[in-house]
Amino acid sequence: MDFVLFFITAAVALIGAIAMLVARNAVHSALFLLLNFAAIAVLFLLLQSPFLFAIQFTVYAGAIMVLFLFVVMLLGAERVEDTPDRIPWQRPLAFVLGVALVAVAVAGVLRGVWEEPPGGEAAAAFGDPAQLGALLFTDYLLPFQVTGIILLIAVVGVAVLNQRGRAAPAARRTPTGE
Amino acid sequence: MVPTSYYIILSAALFAIGVLGVLIRRNALVVFMSVELMLNAANLVLVAFARERLSIDGQVLVFFVITVAAAEVAVGLALLVAIFRTKHTTDVDEVSTLRG
Repeated sequence: MDFVLFFITAAVALIGAIAMLVARNAVHSALFLLLNFAAIAVLFLLLQSPFLFAIQFTVYAGAIMVLFLFVVMLLGAERVEDTPDRIPWQRPLAFVLGVALVAVAVAGVLRGVWEEPPGGEAAAAFGDPAQLGALLFTDYLLPFQVTGIILLIAVVGVAVLNQRGRAAPAARRTPTGE
Repeated sequence: MVPTSYYIILSAALFAIGVLGVLIRRNALVVFMSVELMLNAANLVLVAFARERLSIDGQVLVFFVITVAAAEVAVGLALLVAIFRTKHTTDVDEVSTLRG
């Protein structure tokens, strides 16, 4: 049962990722990426992490993808790659390097010794959101606080980057030839 | 129970697709989506190892990665909008100078 669910979800994730890569329209790319995120959320659930499953859906599939779709449609940037590529040899080289990357990773996995993930009582109790929350507010309290500051700085940064009206001093200086 | 190695291979494939997206695509928004895909591939392998070792620390790390990714997306998209306002394009080939 686990294997069936894993292979179906993995196939959906891979199809979503490849379709994102080849779709010509950026809106389609975003929607395929959404499919991929949903598949990864299901894989999180298979790996006994219900909290991350919920976070993946609300933050990634919800907030981040809505932001992406909003910006793609705001900029009208669905199709911009009509002009011919300036570096034509880059594409085949990228394919070769990508395949090499997967080959190295698979070779590394095959060299390792893999045992069945542990089962039993400890495994059944694993992944409780309460455990995660307790750890977050004890051992990881400082990183947790820093994350809050990062989010605050991101909000301030977005506001600064997109402010209108007061023109940047550098822009005003250019006409005088300074 | 699915072996952890399966998850690692899947994650490697997803990461490689993300790398390909960054290398091949020229729409800055799609490049950005590929970066998100790579972050997700890393998250998947972290959660897989957390299950393998029965250690919840891996899941805490993924929680932080997701939070930082959210901040990164907000700032990155704001930068793209700011670039679009002056250059009127999101093609990374067109935005090759540091000047605004």
